[in-house]
Amino acid sequence: MKFGVVVFPGSNCDHDAYHAIGNVLGQPVEFIWHQSSTLEGLDAVILPGGFAYGDYLRTGAIARFSPVMGAVERFARSGGPVLGICNGFQILMEAGLLPGAMLRNRGLRFICRHVWIRVETTGTPFTCAARPGQVLKIPIAHSDGNYTAEPETLRDLERHGQIVFRYVAPDGREDPAANPNGSLGNIAGVSNREGNVVGLMPHPERAVEAAIGSADGLVIFRSLVESLTRQAPATA
Amino acid sequence: MPAMDTDLRVTEQTAAEHGLTLEEYARARQILGRDPTLTELGIFSVMWSEHCSYKSSRAHLKRLPTGGPQVIEGPGENAGVVDIGEGLCAVFKIESHNHPSFVEPFQGAATGVGGILRDIFTMGARPIAVLDSLRFGPIGEPAEAAPELVARNRRLVEGVIGGISFYGNCFGVPTVGGEIGFERCYSRNPLVNVLALGIARRDGLFLAQAHGAGNPVVYVGARTGRDGIHGASLLASAEFNEQSQEKRPNVQVGDPFMEKLLLEACLEAMAGGAVVAIQDMGAAGLTCSTAEMASRGQAGIEIDLGLVPRRESGMTPYEVMLSESQERMLLVARRGRESELIELFKKWGLDAVAIGQVTADGMLRVLEGGRVVAEIPARPLCEEGPVYARPAAPPPGSQAPLAEFALEGANLGAGLERVLASPAVASKRWVWEQYDTMVRTNTLLGPGGGDAAVLRVKGTRRALALATDGNGRWCKLDPYVGAMHAVAEAARNVASTGARPLAATNCLNFGNPEKPEVMWQFSRAVDGIAAACLALGTPITGGNVSFYNETLGEPIDPTPIVGILGLLEDAEAALGMRFRQEGDRIVLLDGDSAATAAAAGRATLAREFSSSEYAKTHLGVVAGAPPAIDLAAEKRLIDALVELAGSRLLRSAHDVSEGGLAVTLAEKGFGTGGLAAQVELEGSEPAEWAVFGERGARAVVSVDGRQLARLSEVAAKYNVKVLPLGRVARGEFRIAFNGREAVRAPAADLEDLWTNALARALAVSPPRSRMNG
Repeated sequence: MKFGVVVFPGSNCDHDAYHAIGNVLGQPVEFIWHQSSTLEGLDAVILPGGFAYGDYLRTGAIARFSPVMGAVERFARSGGPVLGICNGFQILMEAGLLPGAMLRNRGLRFICRHVWIRVETTGTPFTCAARPGQVLKIPIAHSDGNYTAEPETLRDLERHGQIVFRYVAPDGREDPAANPNGSLGNIAGVSNREGNVVGLMPHPERAVEAAIGSADGLVIFRSLVESLTRQAPATA
Repeated sequence: MPAMDTDLRVTEQTAAEHGLTLEEYARARQILGRDPTLTELGIFSVMWSEHCSYKSSRAHLKRLPTGGPQVIEGPGENAGVVDIGEGLCAVFKIESHNHPSFVEPFQGAATGVGGILRDIFTMGARPIAVLDSLRFGPIGEPAEAAPELVARNRRLVEGVIGGISFYGNCFGVPTVGGEIGFERCYSRNPLVNVLALGIARRDGLFLAQAHGAGNPVVYVGARTGRDGIHGASLLASAEFNEQSQEKRPNVQVGDPFMEKLLLEACLEAMAGGAVVAIQDMGAAGLTCSTAEMASRGQAGIEIDLGLVPRRESGMTPYEVMLSESQERMLLVARRGRESELIELFKKWGLDAVAIGQVTADGMLRVLEGGRVVAEIPARPLCEEGPVYARPAAPPPGSQAPLAEFALEGANLGAGLERVLASPAVASKRWVWEQYDTMVRTNTLLGPGGGDAAVLRVKGTRRALALATDGNGRWCKLDPYVGAMHAVAEAARNVASTGARPLAATNCLNFGNPEKPEVMWQFSRAVDGIAAACLALGTPITGGNVSFYNETLGEPIDPTPIVGILGLLEDAEAALGMRFRQEGDRIVLLDGDSAATAAAAGRATLAREFSSSEYAKTHLGVVAGAPPAIDLAAEKRLIDALVELAGSRLLRSAHDVSEGGLAVTLAEKGFGTGGLAAQVELEGSEPAEWAVFGERGARAVVSVDGRQLARLSEVAAKYNVKVLPLGRVARGEFRIAFNGREAVRAPAADLEDLWTNALARALAVSPPRSRMNG
């Protein structure tokens, strides 16, 4: 089992994702330079947070043209698990691998703090080890996390169980006040129809040890390990 | 030998226009043995500006203690370096960007962050934290300033916070602490001091010293444009007036994405072994980096400006040498390995060009199109600039009437509410939620979590603590004592998290040094810092001096800002400031057992009380003197706190500072979901002093009652007094004094005031900043 963390010029949570997988979870992990055109030998790919290409023009708008994105797209279309965190989520949307788009936060400011999100589906490789409805305390750090989509797209997302995480109150209640950025339907993360590509604005890699405020994000990485372990005999 | 550029004749008149005095110009001619070219005059003028040469402060700075077994590099390099064990070192420095931030708050603050970050990674260290020490004019109470001034101060706050957030967040360094103060004197001259901390391997440090004649000099990063020309000399080394906004073209524009690329590329290049020396191009750009690297390395450097990547055409040699375009580095490569370096930078999408070489003749030689446009001996240029012993004289003492104490038995609740809601004391959450405080996943205690920021050092069990402090009001009343307090409080903050204070950095913000009373304030403050750093064992490892902080002839309060770095051997022992457990005992630790407040006498207390936050906010009095300080008592308290935290005897610790015991006790309950202090104080001093007085060497801790005896044993070892005050309760905040109720309020009400005061004062409007991500 091997994880890849893509490094775009301007990625700045690449080391954190690497630390979470390699040091905390003890799984093999390597950096993938954005000029790479292959993901050979990898079982899962993470697009980390940051400001790829400075987020100039629009978040993720330039990064989606990096050579590695062709490989990411092929990997995703063939069922490989892909996780986009924050800026990685924005890039996946720009690349057309996830539905929707981001607006500026409702308050028009960058916000960094812990929020609570609820697992809305355990039917993805990133949530299969979680309890349905499990509430996770995970930090956000973004200024463009106000998720939006066409009404039709939103209906599709709901119908096919593609809404993976929603912002909620600490006790799991739905509460508009728990929404830090104004996102549609309190959406914090979504998946593609097949469920193998997931993007979320909160940073699970920043919530993997109690010492740094929360270890709730671990369940997302553990899910991935579990789902790959289950798959392994079939592909071996 | 190419011909000298003599197109333009330089006269004393031209020199004066460049800010050089007659004597300075004569000295420049003496060093050259002839008249300078225009380019050379530009070089002298920036290198000998106050900002770059420290000509007014140099003589005084020598009195600061800078040595110690922990110090690897003291002042003089790009940043200070301190040994933190396990083959690692901490690289840190604080710097000001005051004037640019007033002229253009967003870009001024952003490039302030960018500049100090380059200083850190230039040394081979990866930046892991930023702290900001900010001062603005009043933003809340209209009584304090004219409405248009308040409105402008609010815009400055918005702009500066936006700029710091924009740059640090994108670069990927957590902004984890600092402080913000508000006083009238900063209305036309805000202070933006930025401290950055990095970690390097001890054997992976890089110095800015050019070595090896024939080694190529490589220019890396952003192209050179006309921005920022004379930033150091015109912006940073002169007072402001009504036309200062016209200096906006002198402010640089920052690109944090470019800086992030530079960081990664430089660290990769340094690890590869092809780099001999490296320096960022900050103030005075190409001029300063070439001259200083040559001078420190006892070598010469020759560059060809025709090879410098440019953003615009038609730039003169003068403009290229003086440009302060951001995100540029200059490095000396090992001969024969330059193409390898250039390839590496290309991988990161960066321009890298060999523009010259190290020479053995000690000259800074600048060519353009085959002509020599400047040729100056590097060492005299850097080391033999003017040094002034400027006259110093104390200003007239303050005659302002002292505060009068309220009658015994008066309810002090209203006063506490005022203080908690004042922008100086209120929660800064509105500010720090705009900063990425967690990236790099090292933040054990972020803003508001502890008295200092605490960051773990991955790969070890250790953690570093950092705090900044400075009280301009106290320094104005007594710069010597005020400066000692700045050191003591920063050190106390660090120790409150359980870390042992290791070393210091300072940013000295003062008015016009040509005024004797400003020079006197400066000299006294340096003495105060020196005494305190010596007593607390925290040598100064670097920093900067910012003079000419005055507008329309009105200087700021003297504001030395001190940053203290501390080390926790065991990161898990890091101690937060908030109560953890209902029923815990609340204890005051007081290092000042020899000279208690009660023994001080009522007249002294009244003088000290008149300089407190409470006196200013609630009584409208700023007078008297800062509290007396006993450095030995501070040291005793610090040592006791470090051992108590290391022995895991405490549940929380928070030092007593602005707003006195009442504010310390109230803050310990905020953010805990309803825990609140209920305490009884006793003493012969006036109740108002007991509740709001600000003497140092004190901290409030919470402790499991069963540990109280062990706590007392440890404290006794250090001769620190242990005063049990009460218990951690729930719901209601209560202070009684000598058996009578002094403050009683629902904790939730106090917390709401404290939490939301800043956003309310700013009457928050949408920012105009550009920030993605």
